[in-house]
Amino acid sequence: MMDVGRHPNIKLLTFSEVEDISGYVGNFNVRIRKKARFVDETECTSCGDCAVVCPIVIPDEYQVGLGSRRAIFLPFPQAVPSAYIVNAYECLGQNPIACGKCIEACEKSCIDFAMQDVIINVDVGAVIVATGMDLYDPTPLDEYGYTSFPNVLTSLEFERLICTGGPLEGKLGRPSDLAFPKRIGFIQCVGSRTQDPERGNPYCSNICCMNTIKTTQYLKDAYPEVESTVFYTDLRAFGKGFEELLMRSKGNGVIYIRGLPGDVGEDPLTGNLNLTVENTNTNRLENYSFDMLVLAVGVVPAANTETIRQMVSLSKSPSGFLREAHPKLRPVDTPTKGVFIAGGVESPKDVRGSVTQASAAASRASILLNKDQFSVDAITAVIDEDLCKNCGICADVCPFSAILWKKGEPAEVITAACTGCGTCSAECKYNAILMRHFSDQTIYAQIDAMLEDDPGDTIVTFACNWCSYAGADTAGVGRMNYPPHASIIRTMCSARVSPEFVWYAFRKGAPVVLVSGCHYVDCHYIDANRSTTRRVDGLWDGLDKAGIDRSRLMLEWCSAAEGARWQHIMNQAEETRLAVTPDMIQHTRSQLQEVRVPGPRNPRVKDESQPAIFQCLVCGEEWSGIYQSDQERSCPSCRSNSVHWIRSR
Amino acid sequence: MIESAEITINRRVPLPENNLRIGVFVCDCGSNIAGTVDTEAVKEYAAGLPGVTAAIRNKYTCADPGQKEIQQAIAEHNLNRVVVASCSPISYEVIFRKCIEGAGLNPYLLEMANIREHCSWVTPGDKEAATEKAKKTVKVAVARSRWLIPEDEEQIQMTDAALVIGAGVAGIQAALDLADSGHQVYLVEKNPSIGGIMAQLDKVYPDIECSI
Repeated sequence: MMDVGRHPNIKLLTFSEVEDISGYVGNFNVRIRKKARFVDETECTSCGDCAVVCPIVIPDEYQVGLGSRRAIFLPFPQAVPSAYIVNAYECLGQNPIACGKCIEACEKSCIDFAMQDVIINVDVGAVIVATGMDLYDPTPLDEYGYTSFPNVLTSLEFERLICTGGPLEGKLGRPSDLAFPKRIGFIQCVGSRTQDPERGNPYCSNICCMNTIKTTQYLKDAYPEVESTVFYTDLRAFGKGFEELLMRSKGNGVIYIRGLPGDVGEDPLTGNLNLTVENTNTNRLENYSFDMLVLAVGVVPAANTETIRQMVSLSKSPSGFLREAHPKLRPVDTPTKGVFIAGGVESPKDVRGSVTQASAAASRASILLNKDQFSVDAITAVIDEDLCKNCGICADVCPFSAILWKKGEPAEVITAACTGCGTCSAECKYNAILMRHFSDQTIYAQIDAMLEDDPGDTIVTFACNWCSYAGADTAGVGRMNYPPHASIIRTMCSARVSPEFVWYAFRKGAPVVLVSGCHYVDCHYIDANRSTTRRVDGLWDGLDKAGIDRSRLMLEWCSAAEGARWQHIMNQAEETRLAVTPDMIQHTRSQLQEVRVPGPRNPRVKDESQPAIFQCLVCGEEWSGIYQSDQERSCPSCRSNSVHWIRSR
Repeated sequence: MIESAEITINRRVPLPENNLRIGVFVCDCGSNIAGTVDTEAVKEYAAGLPGVTAAIRNKYTCADPGQKEIQQAIAEHNLNRVVVASCSPISYEVIFRKCIEGAGLNPYLLEMANIREHCSWVTPGDKEAATEKAKKTVKVAVARSRWLIPEDEEQIQMTDAALVIGAGVAGIQAALDLADSGHQVYLVEKNPSIGGIMAQLDKVYPDIECSI
């Protein structure tokens, strides 16, 4: 920590917040607010004379409320920078009638109540997001008595309690009466690994097993007379040296019981805690009594994760932690070029994991920063100003905020920020956006070529580069046999597929058109494939209006690993193709000459969540439920994503 | 080429040149493709497609001899588009782009027809159907290649400085590594001190050492 404060290449800005990040890889402009600390941090020697005279006593955040501090305080003894700070909301003020005692006490006159927030603008080439994680608040799990019984603590509170720098200066005592706790219970998985959203999160928080094992062993080393009992679901000790530590604690007499208690009661006279647990190893109900109970709370995404995520256009996992660009091959990159992630913001992790990932992120960022210039892939959008009608819809749908638009002016693409998904190009009804290397011309030429002879034999298949095309590759690698009638048009993202391509294919006699892409959670362009769904919804409306069977347009999500799913999709598409007669194809061609089909649904109208009736266009299954725009729809019986929905009344 | 009159298309892509000289390279991939697909028939078919100047069959197009054949053919036939009918572009596009770039062509003038993963491997035991599918795949790739144009990769200036948001253990480590590598770092922390959760821990596992 000290190295950071002293390093000539590091400008450390504490008590500061990033307010805005604009620009793109290599050229980010950052606005930082350095909030007023009311103490000159370069002059303060952290002598503490100010705090001695401060009359305000406040629970200390560093000691998780187990100790107290003043309104002017040093966050903790080893703080960097080693300087006091005034919490303006707690302070009585500088007016001598109100208080102002600290000003008099400070010999070096470091305290300045006129200090203002300062806005600092910096230009950077790369950004590393390391905003960390928060601990799960166990208040909703009231059966453990966290809010009612003083001797029930979270793991972090217990950590402070036993620390030599803690409120008891390393002496072990319990909060209610400072008595020495001889019997301490630990409850694992608090707020983790539950399917009930009221009771925490479905994921494993990664760190809690080892943290408890560490604490029990530490207690054995420091206070051999303490009896520790751990209640767990599974003990996950998978890292280097972890199993050894677990064995050491078991060897030293720590008791591990497989089973979580239903509830905890307190003996009001002694403050002791009683619980009953089903020991699933022995299948017996067992009763325990403890002097103290420690809840091994899980971790959750930090409260400010969402703000940062939106600032730099990142995507998140279902758990709310930020999503990496690729789970195996690019674990510290993000979908936004030049932005990297490290530590708890990506997933729950311990110190070693955070440090490893941080070094990886620094190394990835260095690769960029070491260059004076770098080249970007040529697959980007180009706006034709002559054709652009200044509507700005492209800027609305771009997942990367890579299109600048002002009312009344043509839109402009920031080439370095453009990732080439093609969402904008497919949305533009004026054909004013050219996707380099995936131009409309190339795609129409492919459709023409595949439907030139015997169009009835061809399943016109759009596949995205990252998932469904790769899923088809995986089917090949696995030698999964399927009918030979699919003809694939590869695009970078399914969102490149303009509704016009689909209409064109049907006009040219296609019996079936299949649009395929990544599952929602896998989309390589944040959430571009939601545009695909919206367009397919609009196309289904149009087909229905034109009297054409909607099931001839299929929408399927398939990951790169799902070769068997691709085979399944191919078999489903073939079944649909076989049901399409030459008469139906002829009817479609004539209908599409006469009927004016509606355009795509407006991306500016958001149907976020509402009750709906769903129908699978492949197998015909119908069901009702809640439509949610951010969740992919799939048929409960045949797994197809060709699911049509209408609002239920 | 595009028949529908009602389709307006962005004007920036020029019409296919009159002097298109497309080379098609059909790969046997040992028996991976040739075991199921009649690659000779595919080659003959490709030679008859409009704009195709040369159609050549290789045993392994991706191997050095195969790549040399492409480069020689580009020189010999003055090719200005290359279609490689072999495997998945996800794995091999990079290699063939470099190959044609080495022969003086813009790398974006390459197109691949996937007649292995999407054809021979998923149509076992039916040589006729696999061969027909391969022909169609090549036809579609050739059609696309007609509309490809050279593309240049834009050069972007790099500001040699990094922003690290959050000064917990991860942010501290990232900032130190970048700073030690000689880059300017702005390390922003919302709290009055750096350290994050790590600074609140007494001991850390597995060695039960001090956290700070």
